[in-house]
Amino acid sequence: MSELHLSRNTIHFAEPLPLQSGAMLSGYDLVIETYGKLNADKSNAVLICHALNASHHVAGPSPEDEEDIGWWDNMIGPGKPVDTDHFFVIGVNNLGSCFGSTGPMSINPLTGKPYGADFPVVTVEDWVNTQARLADKLGIRKFAAVMGGSLGGMQAMAWAIQFPKRIDHCVVVASTPKLSAQNIAFNEVARNAILSDPDFYGGNYYEHGVVPKRGLRLARMVGHITYLSDDDMAEKFGRELQRPNGESDDYRFSFDVEFEVESYLRHQGEKFSTYFDANTYLLITRALDYFDPSRRYGGSLNRALAEVQAKFLVVSFSTDWRFPPNRSREIVQSLLSNKSAVSYAEIDAPHGHDAFLLDDERYHNLVRAYFKQMREVQA
Amino acid sequence: MMKRADFAAIANWISSDSQVLDLGCGDGSFLEFLQKQKPVHSYGVEIDDARVLSCVQKGLNVIQQDLEGGLALFEDDSFDTVVLSQTLQTIHQTEKILREVVRVGKESIISFPNFGHWSHRLAVGLGHMPISKSLPYQWYNTPNVRVLTVADFEKLASTLGLKVLDQCILHEGRQVTLMPNLFGSLALFRIRRA
Repeated sequence: MSELHLSRNTIHFAEPLPLQSGAMLSGYDLVIETYGKLNADKSNAVLICHALNASHHVAGPSPEDEEDIGWWDNMIGPGKPVDTDHFFVIGVNNLGSCFGSTGPMSINPLTGKPYGADFPVVTVEDWVNTQARLADKLGIRKFAAVMGGSLGGMQAMAWAIQFPKRIDHCVVVASTPKLSAQNIAFNEVARNAILSDPDFYGGNYYEHGVVPKRGLRLARMVGHITYLSDDDMAEKFGRELQRPNGESDDYRFSFDVEFEVESYLRHQGEKFSTYFDANTYLLITRALDYFDPSRRYGGSLNRALAEVQAKFLVVSFSTDWRFPPNRSREIVQSLLSNKSAVSYAEIDAPHGHDAFLLDDERYHNLVRAYFKQMREVQA
Repeated sequence: MMKRADFAAIANWISSDSQVLDLGCGDGSFLEFLQKQKPVHSYGVEIDDARVLSCVQKGLNVIQQDLEGGLALFEDDSFDTVVLSQTLQTIHQTEKILREVVRVGKESIISFPNFGHWSHRLAVGLGHMPISKSLPYQWYNTPNVRVLTVADFEKLASTLGLKVLDQCILHEGRQVTLMPNLFGSLALFRIRRA
């Protein structure tokens, strides 16, 4: 078995970054992980964009904790669908996130204190700009592919729009051209949970030595519901009661955890609240809300995608009700209308939105075939 | 893979540099064949997972979709040629798909096995559903849900107001001009909206 060649770096960008909001960020760090080897003509680079709660740590065991396996390890690595024996894969922690790149937890050089509420709102387009600067630093003129699921897929799409000449292939999985009112509504509930936590302190909780854990827990719980399908939850939990062995299955007529699904959600919320930053949650859900490339083209996605040169692979999952197949079809429809190169697969999988992270032979074989074909055309 | 008898005939009706949509493109064999013949810009549409995978392996543009649902993804007159190659007989909503095909394509090419071939008539005359090169399945495992003859298609085309630009009826890869509905096993029609 060949090696993953994992390498982690923090890269500093001194040049100020103008943001979509009009604000300016003076300088910033991005943490990246790379896998595989960049070839001589730097034509085999693949950028992986992460979704809400993930990071630069895409594949393999983490250098400091070998039980911490990358979030897309089943997709990326030696012999995997995105094969690091052939591609140089880059995972980057987005600006505003909380895994080492500059974000609300970082020290604001102007005040000497954490940015907190002062960290500017960043957008998908801003992230893509930082990623392009990263590519410049690495000497990568053009990515073989930019790929992501969910919010990561939005970044891939934005890449194809913002830098049409710098990306050969755009792989958009379980994504959408813009959030629906329902999507925004769920984000708003999650944000409200955080904003109304007494430990939030208007975003400056760091200096109070607390974390708005209750808000984060709730935010994660409500988010998590949207990642799973109804069938998936029925299968995993059904109406099973949370009972230690031997205890009676009678109802307890209380508001403590009764059902397995409650226990699961609380566990997910609790776990999340120990490692994720509340300000980052606000920022990233807002980036999701704001994303709408058609907006500056009078609502026309066709026109937004008109200059695209990349070939697209769009994948959706039948039971994803967060970003259902119809949303992916909107992207496909616009690409077809523009006569851009596109393949679209609709994977009949039971696992809802989360399916994009899970093992599924049809899905993985498809991505594998797409990347293999990409190599053959390159060769 | 063996080239299907209708590939060359269909390819003849497609001009270079045109926009081609192959509905029910299977594993992409026809589009691959076509691209070797002449430069075209093409997409396939296919429902089956394994066949979609085959198309991606061949580097083709393929859209996974059920044709029974219509062609909402595609705009009016957005393709020079829409191909429905040996697929019509597998679709329940025959009229709907034909209307959709001529809506999306400036021209369309429809091919189907001719149930009117004498050998098929003979089989039915002897009391059995036919099994032949063009209808290679048992009645209980066939993917075909509609059986039709050359004459039936002409009649439906006329009812739907479709203009037949050209037709080519084949048997064993050769064109049949004498009593094609009796001696042809594979029918190809080039049509458009009237």
